[in-house]
Amino acid sequence: MSTTMAAPPASALPPGRVSARRTVRHSLTLAWRNIAQLRHSPEKLIDVTLMPLVFLTLFLYVFGGAVAGNTHAYLQQLLPGLVAQMAMFATMGLGTALNEDMRKGVFDRFRSLPIARSAPLIGTVLGDTVRFLTVMVVLTAAGTALGFRFGSDPLRVLAGFGLAYLFYLAFSWISVVVGLLAPSPETVQGLAFIFVMPLTFGSSVFVANTSTMPGWLQAWTKVNPVTHLTDALRALLVSGPVGNHVWFTLAWAVGIVTVTFPIAMVMYARRA
Amino acid sequence: MGHVIRAEGLRKRFGETQALDGVDLDVESGTVLGVLGPNGAGKTTAVRVLATLLRPDEGRAEICGFDVRREATRVRALIGLTGQYASLDEELTGRENLVMIGRLLDLPRAEARARAAGLLERFRLSDAGGRAVKTYSGGMRRRLDIAASMINRPRVVFLDEPTTGLDPRARGEVWETVRELVADGATVLLTTQYLEEADALADRIAVFDHGRVIADGTPAGLKARAGRQTLAVRAAEVFRTGQLAEIVAELTGERPEVRAEAGLVTVPVTDPGVLRAVVQRLDEVDLVAAEVALRLPSLDEVFLSLTGHMASRDAADEAVGEQRLEGSVR
Repeated sequence: MSTTMAAPPASALPPGRVSARRTVRHSLTLAWRNIAQLRHSPEKLIDVTLMPLVFLTLFLYVFGGAVAGNTHAYLQQLLPGLVAQMAMFATMGLGTALNEDMRKGVFDRFRSLPIARSAPLIGTVLGDTVRFLTVMVVLTAAGTALGFRFGSDPLRVLAGFGLAYLFYLAFSWISVVVGLLAPSPETVQGLAFIFVMPLTFGSSVFVANTSTMPGWLQAWTKVNPVTHLTDALRALLVSGPVGNHVWFTLAWAVGIVTVTFPIAMVMYARRA
Repeated sequence: MGHVIRAEGLRKRFGETQALDGVDLDVESGTVLGVLGPNGAGKTTAVRVLATLLRPDEGRAEICGFDVRREATRVRALIGLTGQYASLDEELTGRENLVMIGRLLDLPRAEARARAAGLLERFRLSDAGGRAVKTYSGGMRRRLDIAASMINRPRVVFLDEPTTGLDPRARGEVWETVRELVADGATVLLTTQYLEEADALADRIAVFDHGRVIADGTPAGLKARAGRQTLAVRAAEVFRTGQLAEIVAELTGERPEVRAEAGLVTVPVTDPGVLRAVVQRLDEVDLVAAEVALRLPSLDEVFLSLTGHMASRDAADEAVGEQRLEGSVR
């Protein structure tokens, strides 16, 4: 049968596989897609703009006096905790958006192009960096207005936000999996909350001293990556020893990606 | 001339539904294959398999000699696909969509922009290029979608029901586009539910039913097999429908179907020359016709003569299988 096949000229022979370099470039192009969408409808950033304001003021004035004696002292430990929490919360819109995207035709277009299967998902995750940046800028600005002061040097502050970003990227893949798993965009939020609630509240985010918790909860907070991220951030943004918290956080981030990325790719291929 | 699209024994099952049940296709370079069939016949599934979006359970398919399974990336570089619903980012502008796809095809930024501008111009979308796609009409969307499939200058173009849901003018524009593609040397596979469309565009037609190709041939051959055309005459003055029916009966020698309330008289004909005779007679008796037409058999009639059953009932039975693929937009 191959004898009658019209063979393309050798010079026009398309490449058989997609190199890593091209995959990176394709992913960046697709990240640009998300950013261009936000440029057309910036109102999509409303949740990540309001979320840190609501959490900051509520927790500061509800818990401040009770937990730390006064709101200023509490703010110094709450803000790094909220950086950790918001790094997680900011990924939740990703799953919903992806779930909606998959229903529309544009992913069919991506599938029919000679690009790596992973590029659309990686691009979506990278494009959502805008949401992370928005959350962090609003949180830091509002915190500073309420009296928060960085207690360390700029390099450590930068390292702190860098660590939060890495954790955010890793956690994004959980959101991707939930987004691909959920039958509809509405169910994505509900499913995501089941992951996020025990992680943020069963941690040192709101209470630096976890010794008053029952033993089982203390055991959970000790392994909880959010606790490690929060404690690392308190050290990097305010003061104190970093200890092993940075390494624990990074190990968790690598672990999360190692597990969720292949799952996401399989789910993505299945939904084709 | 070689075969640029070749499929052998393709099978694909979705749960209970056998969407493809042994499909063979051959399309020669530079020709148009019209895949004709009702909803749920397996047309979309076949396109998705050939365009590497779906793996067949059994069988093999090649595009320009490359296996759609093992050499999917090579195949993707050679094809353009326009699905039933727009495969575009609704939130981006038309121009942004085209530039993005150009960049994903590894075109340098300037070249991607140039091709986007050229395609917008060619598809008469230059003015709308800066607007978000969600503001486009159905016809504009479809044209942009086809333009998006052209960026890599594909050798093989798949158009899955490119005119479904379009008004007659937009449909005509899409037809024009398909003819231009072929003039540029592309090979086209298009699916449709309309015999008229396949007849207007295709060099060969494959009729799908229940995931199989039940008839395959040139439009002329298919029409000959599908049976006769229909003569339809509508009286401008409804009260003269009876007289009109008598004339038609006399000239065709067949008993026409009469819908008196619409003034419509239809009858199957074998000799297209009868049209002239009818017009002449109406003139003689001074009976004004609001409409005189010789119609091709409908898909239903083609199906009836090829399979002994109507197409539309199957559509209801089988829609389940493809609803996941087709449901989103219509």
